[in-house]
Amino acid sequence: MTDIAIVSYAQAPMVRDAGCANEVELIMPVINEALQACGLARTDIDFVCSGSADYLQGAPFAFVAGVDALGAFPPIKESHVEMDAAWALYECYLKMLAGDIDSALIYGFGKSSPGNLPEVLSLQLDPYYLQPLCPDSVSLAALQARAMLDAGRCTREQMNEVVINSRRQAQKNPRAQLRKPVSQEQLQAEVDWIAPLKKSDCCPISDGASALVICRESQAREMGLPYARVVGMDHRIESHMLGFRDLTDSPSARNAAKSAGLHNNIEAAELHAPFSHQEILLRQSLGLSENVDINPSGGALAGNVMMAAGLDRIGSMAAAILRGDYKFGLAHATSGPCLQQNLVTILEAA
Amino acid sequence: MTDTLNELPPLTQDFELGFTYTRSLGPVLSRFLTGLRDGQVLAARTRAGTLLVPPPEFEPVSGASIKELEPVAAEGTVLSWCWVSQPSSSAPLNKPFAWVLVRFEGCDGAMLHALAADAKEQVHTGMRVRVRWAPERVGNVKDIACFEVHKQ
Repeated sequence: MTDIAIVSYAQAPMVRDAGCANEVELIMPVINEALQACGLARTDIDFVCSGSADYLQGAPFAFVAGVDALGAFPPIKESHVEMDAAWALYECYLKMLAGDIDSALIYGFGKSSPGNLPEVLSLQLDPYYLQPLCPDSVSLAALQARAMLDAGRCTREQMNEVVINSRRQAQKNPRAQLRKPVSQEQLQAEVDWIAPLKKSDCCPISDGASALVICRESQAREMGLPYARVVGMDHRIESHMLGFRDLTDSPSARNAAKSAGLHNNIEAAELHAPFSHQEILLRQSLGLSENVDINPSGGALAGNVMMAAGLDRIGSMAAAILRGDYKFGLAHATSGPCLQQNLVTILEAA
Repeated sequence: MTDTLNELPPLTQDFELGFTYTRSLGPVLSRFLTGLRDGQVLAARTRAGTLLVPPPEFEPVSGASIKELEPVAAEGTVLSWCWVSQPSSSAPLNKPFAWVLVRFEGCDGAMLHALAADAKEQVHTGMRVRVRWAPERVGNVKDIACFEVHKQ
């Protein structure tokens, strides 16, 4: 047992353009909401870690401005990952396991609307073989989708089913960005975007922020807080060279899930699949059965805040467990092109 | 005093936004990109005897250092592709094109690049393509202007 409890999660509405709201104004409400929901004061939190990308704001150390939302006086212990905030949670998880801290606040934020996100993401690629060509994130995902279709790992109809399920689930999620139901016929009639992908196969570009609080199970019990128990987390990476990977499989996600404690009683999975074929790929790679409820929040296809969407998968699954919807759940976060990096969290009801 | 200050020219200094130094790309990438400049595709020879393009610095599975590079034909097969109907200003080609993963003849691995084609219908997995060299080459992956259909 890890003795780590998720006691609170807050998410701002995911929107295409947050307008003139700056990052601090996006972060502060979710931090306040997450702390108020669990009754912990700022001074009770041992450690704070955030996830964001300075490339979205186009300024080095732009993330430091986010600390203004915390109220960093008296001085706090704080850290940042230039990754999805799921990895900020992972840093806190490791510090909890090491006994360094007993509680943590994690937040992730992204305001992608001012730039061209698919092109900005080309800056994360190998700087010699890939980045000079500026391949955007949708094109790289489309190469993976073609490989899936060619290999018979999925069909066009199955990709449509993923989109239909996302929209159906998102209708229960008031913070989702895309909630309009679609039919198989509508999706079949849609024109190609970057073939074989259509726009509906791609996650929307979203502005937003999320926050999550963890503490020891004993503290949660003392305070009478309902919580979701973190059974385990693990992170695995594949080659940064796309041409040296099997794009139709995800051994890194499979290994991470196994190490995090994947078991046969999982009832629901929040999969961070920004493209429809990736949800199918992850289900296959993780060996999830037909009975597993996929993306009850709507998933990344219903809203994908850069650097918060992975944390949202974990927070959404914890919230579903706290509501009593499930006893055992899996949450997955990804980073990099074509599911290069994968982080899997196994959760259970306390 | 004020007059003296007004007579002085304002202090100025040139500023270049970027790295003001050059660096070596190391023993493998440097040789591969220099090869492209010279119109030659070099593959990495692994200890198991297979050839890899583009050459990684270390063998993907064993992690052993790559030491040997050798020339291979500048042609190969499309493993996967997608069609860009509205290229952005940063794309390698300024009209509709395909991104392709190309496996070079007799090699393992695949290289990402653009494929020039007139229409989506001309592109398919398994098709033969060859390198179209850039007219001026400097030792960069863009020394390959793109791939083109290889009619045999």
